[in-house]
Amino acid sequence: MSEKKRVGVQNYRFIELEPTPTTAWGKFKRVLKRSVKLELFVGLKVTFREMFKALFMGEMHTVKYPLEKLPISPRYRAIHEMKRLLESGHYRCIGCGLCEKICISDCIRMDTRYDENQRKEVVEYTINFGRCIFCGYCAEVCPELAITHGGRYETASEQRASFSLFEDMLTPIDKLKEQKEYPGFGAISPNADENIKKTPLAY
Amino acid sequence: MDGYIIGTIIKAVLILLILSALAGFGTYLERKVLAFMQRRLGPYHVGPYGLLQILADGIKLFTKEDFIPAGANRIIFMIAPAITAATAFIALAAVPLLPEFTIFGIKVRPIVSDLNIGLLFVIAMMGVGLYGPLLAGMAQENKWGLLGSARTAVQFLSYEVVTGLSILAPIMMVGSLSLIDFNNYQAGGISHWIIWKQPLAFILFLISGYAETNRTPFDLLEHEAEIISGYATEYSGLRWGMFFIGEYTNMITIGFLASLIFLGGFNPLGFIPGGIAIILKVSFFFFLMLWIRAAWPHIRPDQLMWLCWKVLMPLAVLNILITGIVMMV
Ligand code: SF4
Ligand code: SF4
Repeated sequence: MSEKKRVGVQNYRFIELEPTPTTAWGKFKRVLKRSVKLELFVGLKVTFREMFKALFMGEMHTVKYPLEKLPISPRYRAIHEMKRLLESGHYRCIGCGLCEKICISDCIRMDTRYDENQRKEVVEYTINFGRCIFCGYCAEVCPELAITHGGRYETASEQRASFSLFEDMLTPIDKLKEQKEYPGFGAISPNADENIKKTPLAY
Repeated sequence: MDGYIIGTIIKAVLILLILSALAGFGTYLERKVLAFMQRRLGPYHVGPYGLLQILADGIKLFTKEDFIPAGANRIIFMIAPAITAATAFIALAAVPLLPEFTIFGIKVRPIVSDLNIGLLFVIAMMGVGLYGPLLAGMAQENKWGLLGSARTAVQFLSYEVVTGLSILAPIMMVGSLSLIDFNNYQAGGISHWIIWKQPLAFILFLISGYAETNRTPFDLLEHEAEIISGYATEYSGLRWGMFFIGEYTNMITIGFLASLIFLGGFNPLGFIPGGIAIILKVSFFFFLMLWIRAAWPHIRPDQLMWLCWKVLMPLAVLNILITGIVMMV
């Protein structure tokens, strides 16, 4: 009884394979059967069908990479972006310094001061991408959703240390309309629907 | 007489130039077709549709270091690729490539020399071509090369019998070895094609033709996954390119032979003129080779021997017997 419990309830089915022939006559019969049943031509049919699909039905797999790119998941952690407030256009960062503090590779460096209205102002903010491990802590800790990860993943560079300045990461003021909010952890890729396929186990 | 010699030389040079260009184009076609069948794009960036890739490859081949390994037998190492390339072109000498046509008032027969033993000559020359891989593999002091040439010997011993026996039955029917006679025998349209009377011989000839040009499923000589590159392991640059030109020329030759012997040659096909008809047929055979390469796995050397000696050869002999009996009755 206890042994039976461990067996799953799925209906496993053995694939019907004939035993490998051992005698010469048996081998010959198998060759004959395989040739007469035209199994080889099934292979030809499949490759031709794939060619037809690729050429005329737009199912080519190749992505001409630098010219076209696959959509990237919003959860991807690439080069950081500093966001602006949508109404005033002022940068969101309040200079709290949490990101600098939490950064585990110590690559964010920032400096603030009080401006004439006694508000905190960011005077310097750099990220050393030579050391950043793109862990995403800074974006997670930010109370203002000011620093987020963007989708720029082509980050090869000629130097080990390449600093990014606050102004470089900040949304340009004229592009404010196009600024996208971070959709949140658990967001799905924009092309998630296309990627859904029938599982091959359908049969 | 002078005119004959000059004409022959012109024809030979033309065939050499056109076919080596076609062999280069064949590599492009092969890469493209294989890519499409695997849903890739193939050569794409150099020139329109990647057509100039051939040129780029040519430049690469020409400028590569010409390398001869220290322990190799230098003379044989240098001669071997020339054997493959040369015999591939010599074999074409007895193959009528197109129907007769008139240019500048001169009647041109696009065959270098209509030998009375045409077919035998072609088959023999292609057989001699196998000395290329054989010698190359043994001369280069490399174990993979040696394995490659051993496989060459295996392959040669296997398919050559089948090639000969399979075309013997059509030869008996036509009663001549000249390929032009083969062509004229089938002049009456599609129903006169020899393939209808000799379907078995056609299949056997195709199979052994694939072994002859060492195409998949019989590409034992240089199967990358098993013996690096077989006989071509130590070759680079232009010498390696010569092997390739030889191989592609052989593919074209087999295409011509199959069309001439079995598929009506360059007889006009309905409204299609003969010249176009044979080009279409040869293109089909070329495409078939690429298609098969994309679809089928290759077999082991022992399986090739088993297939050729125990299955194909008895079938070929049976075919000859039946043909003989039918002809007698
Ligand atoms: S992603 Fe991680 S390592 Fe990079 S700056 Fe943010 S906290 Fe530091
Ligand atoms: S955590 Fe956010 S608000 Fe605080 S300093 Fe960093 S970017 Fe600015």
